[in-house]
Amino acid sequence: MNTLRNTALGLTLGVAGASMAFAGELTIATVNNGHMIEMQKLTPAFEAANPGITVNWVTLDEGTLRSRVTTDITTKGGQFDIMTIGMYEAPIWGERGWLQALEFSDAYDVEDILPAMRNGLSHDGTLYAAPFYGESSMIMYRKDLLDAAGMEMPDNPSWGHIQDAAAAMTDKDNGVYGICLRGKPGWGDNMAFLSTMANSFGAQWFNEDWTPALDSPAWNHAVNFYVDLLNNYGPPGSSGNSFNEILALINEGKCGMWIDATIAASFVSNPEQSQVADVIAFAQSPQAVTTRGANWLWAWALAVPAGTNQAEDAQKFIEWATSKEYIELVAETNGWGAVPTGTRQSTYDNSNFTDAAVFAEAELKAILSADPENSTQNPSPYTGVQFAAIPEFQAIGTAVGQQMTAALAGDITVEEALEAAQEAADREMRKAGYY
Amino acid sequence: MNPTLVRWLQAPSIIVLFLWMIVPLSMTIYFSTIRYNLLYPERTGFIGLQNYEFFWTDPSFFPALLNTLILVGSVLAITVLLGLAISILIDRPFKGRGIVRVMLISPFFIMPTVSALIWKNMLMDPNNGLFAFFANVIGATPVEWLQDMPLASIIVMVSWQWTPFAILIFMTSLQSQDQEQKEAATLDGAGFWSQFRHLTLPHLARPISIVILIQLIFHLAIFAEIFVTTSGGPGVQSTNLTYLIYIQSQQAFDVGVASAGGVFAIILANIVAIFLIRAVGKTLTV
Amino acid sequence: MTDKQREHLKNRIAVVFAWIVACIFFFPIFWMVLTSFKTEAQAIAIPPQLFFEPTLENYTEIQERTNYSKFAINSVITAFGGTLLALLIAIPSAYAMAFNTGRWTKDILMWMLSTKMLPAVGVLMPIYFLAQKTGLYDTKGLLVIIYALMNLPIVMLILFNYFREIPKEILEASRMDGTSTYNEIRQIVMPLAWGGIASTALLSIILCWNEAFWSIVLTTTDATTLTSFVASFQAPEGLFWAKVSAVSTLACAPIVVFGWLAQKQLVQGLTFGAVK
Repeated sequence: MNTLRNTALGLTLGVAGASMAFAGELTIATVNNGHMIEMQKLTPAFEAANPGITVNWVTLDEGTLRSRVTTDITTKGGQFDIMTIGMYEAPIWGERGWLQALEFSDAYDVEDILPAMRNGLSHDGTLYAAPFYGESSMIMYRKDLLDAAGMEMPDNPSWGHIQDAAAAMTDKDNGVYGICLRGKPGWGDNMAFLSTMANSFGAQWFNEDWTPALDSPAWNHAVNFYVDLLNNYGPPGSSGNSFNEILALINEGKCGMWIDATIAASFVSNPEQSQVADVIAFAQSPQAVTTRGANWLWAWALAVPAGTNQAEDAQKFIEWATSKEYIELVAETNGWGAVPTGTRQSTYDNSNFTDAAVFAEAELKAILSADPENSTQNPSPYTGVQFAAIPEFQAIGTAVGQQMTAALAGDITVEEALEAAQEAADREMRKAGYY
Repeated sequence: MNPTLVRWLQAPSIIVLFLWMIVPLSMTIYFSTIRYNLLYPERTGFIGLQNYEFFWTDPSFFPALLNTLILVGSVLAITVLLGLAISILIDRPFKGRGIVRVMLISPFFIMPTVSALIWKNMLMDPNNGLFAFFANVIGATPVEWLQDMPLASIIVMVSWQWTPFAILIFMTSLQSQDQEQKEAATLDGAGFWSQFRHLTLPHLARPISIVILIQLIFHLAIFAEIFVTTSGGPGVQSTNLTYLIYIQSQQAFDVGVASAGGVFAIILANIVAIFLIRAVGKTLTV
Repeated sequence: MTDKQREHLKNRIAVVFAWIVACIFFFPIFWMVLTSFKTEAQAIAIPPQLFFEPTLENYTEIQERTNYSKFAINSVITAFGGTLLALLIAIPSAYAMAFNTGRWTKDILMWMLSTKMLPAVGVLMPIYFLAQKTGLYDTKGLLVIIYALMNLPIVMLILFNYFREIPKEILEASRMDGTSTYNEIRQIVMPLAWGGIASTALLSIILCWNEAFWSIVLTTTDATTLTSFVASFQAPEGLFWAKVSAVSTLACAPIVVFGWLAQKQLVQGLTFGAVK
């Protein structure tokens, strides 16, 4: 068997030309959003300052990236020296010891990183991933349409007020829909939004004994409200709409309000792509009975798998990529309106930034108000605002998301959807042995 | 031909495929009987059929099974019938036939993910898509394809991609049809349908079976289109068996259950194949 | 109307119909390529723009962001390599089966097809482990092997079909002349079946080119193909229709061009009607 294998190896080496990992070669797996793409373009600056280190980028869409890095880290594949992970993975993987604890120099100023971000990416006080981009969620609305209806938008409006505003702004004959919200099934898609909405109605994902709490009156209330809101005042095709689809709609002037990631603000207020750039205003997420968990918290962060043999170089890169100097570099190259936000307090203290980014104040307020440890009205056993940081959540969130979409599309009633969702969650939790 | 030579010539393909089958298959069956979740590497142990039970007690299991069958059946019917019709249509000399041929088989060259993106965003989108635009122009309400008819939308996308495959196979096969026979039949007064039934169809019997069998294998595992457009929704209306396995494999990272799902997929494929082979398999070795 | 005139009219209608159908099938591709030359704002505009000022900004941005040629070269190597390997194994096999069809032929072919019944996503971990253990992870060689194995059943089935269409009389005649089996394959069978072999090769190349599961899962940086290229632009945050059209055009263009050129081969190869 050995000779067979060696022959096979030899042959394929001849055919393919196997590569060897040289010292100083870092392989980074990352997601394909704007800030990461910018980082790729600016990599030569890092390589120039650190001769001997070259960086290889592997860019994928979020779903594929998550699959790849999870498979790699759990099988100790060693394919990546740096991984881009989110606030969902960091605490779980940190707890299991799959990530290296990160240590930074004093100049890096770890304390400058927003506390919510630091805590969300740590376990037991140790930081396992450094954020290069953070976000919460907030309301983006058309001030002109609201003014025309003679209404105002308070900060943290009630959901009832949102409903009134949506009704006033809707003009279906002219293709204007009062409110646009995510509907595409996915734990990070429609459920990211629905979780926060449910939180604000006083609901939560799991009871303290880890049984799913989707059968609660609060969830029922929240989802019914959501479905009615979109059916009455939402655009057609909502059940397939995610971030990009709604962005296109709002930029064309078809949405009166949109509640989504704070980063959307930079797109909708950019006159180069948005027809409504100058009439967009911002407010904090709506609430029904509580503001706890009413807006989500998410960060994309860089982490080092434990056991990689490039740990030192990897740390160097992470320190560079999430430092104040990096943000300044981006500002020099593309202007302060394009810097990665949501990570450092110093960014928001910088008047250059706040002048260039009209959404800065609202965004900071949203991020600071989100607390993954206290995201529900009643006590809950999990951390996370729009997710529960347990490994089972991905599959559960997706199954629930599918049911919610079915309710939105009118195929089943909200009650049936929540019942099916509860059952799906219960199955996974039992399989995993929570009870 | 020397029987030993025959065996030697056939051997490489059989041996190679046997290895390709047996190694992953046995590993899959093994994984399906143990507790194995990537996120809980410390949990191991033989659990018999528990993974299978978990997979089939999923309320989505039977809908997914049904959807798989509907998907496969519809796409097969559409692609074979359309493919036949179109390849016969172009089986005559005319100016620009080369261009027409190329245009007809082009969809098969496109990556399924790309095709799904085009259909979802540029054609079927009820707000910005072309179909919605045309609907508005004639005063109709735009169809919310992916919301109201998700499975049908997927069927349309896959058929668009695979009809060219059928056309390619039939087109090439038609070229080897005996032209003299056809001319003689026309002289004898046989009309189009008569010729079709007695000359063309028998000639195409084997290619048709082959197209059906090959497409069967591919359509049972349709994934990219669902992943990109509907994520299996709304509800489970466009979830098929492969997507269900994907959720277990890439979201729950439960290798045990995913492997059990894989075994289910093989069983389903075999059952469907047996039916199909009974129907068309005889023509294979005619 | 005389019979001949009726025949002529029917023919003309058929041709017109053929053109219409062809345009319908081709339209999404045409629209995709068109969109790749628009700005993002133009891409989502209603009414859809047929005439506009074209821009190359999407293509230049792609060039800046990625190394297109590396992906393209890898796609070419893995697709052609996999196809070549599959053909090398399949041609003698299919030949032997086609001209010596026995009791077991159908079953063997069906069994071969059944090796494809396990969906890739269900067999991910076994293959992943094998790749890691053999050290072949992220190599073009691994993809070549996997592609050859994946397509072998299909290549076998289709080649079997085309070989079966070769009239037996020709082979019998050559055997009576005393040709060796090797020469028989090379000088008689292959030229006759050339059209069939060409179609099969084309199909296999397309299937390899568009294979988007193993090519993403089993590669990191060295063996990545155009499917990873597309994946890196898929569903980013922000407007992306024009960019994704440009990416798709770049990813599919080589294979489409190749297919168009190969088309001529398919036509030239077959002269069966005249053989008799």
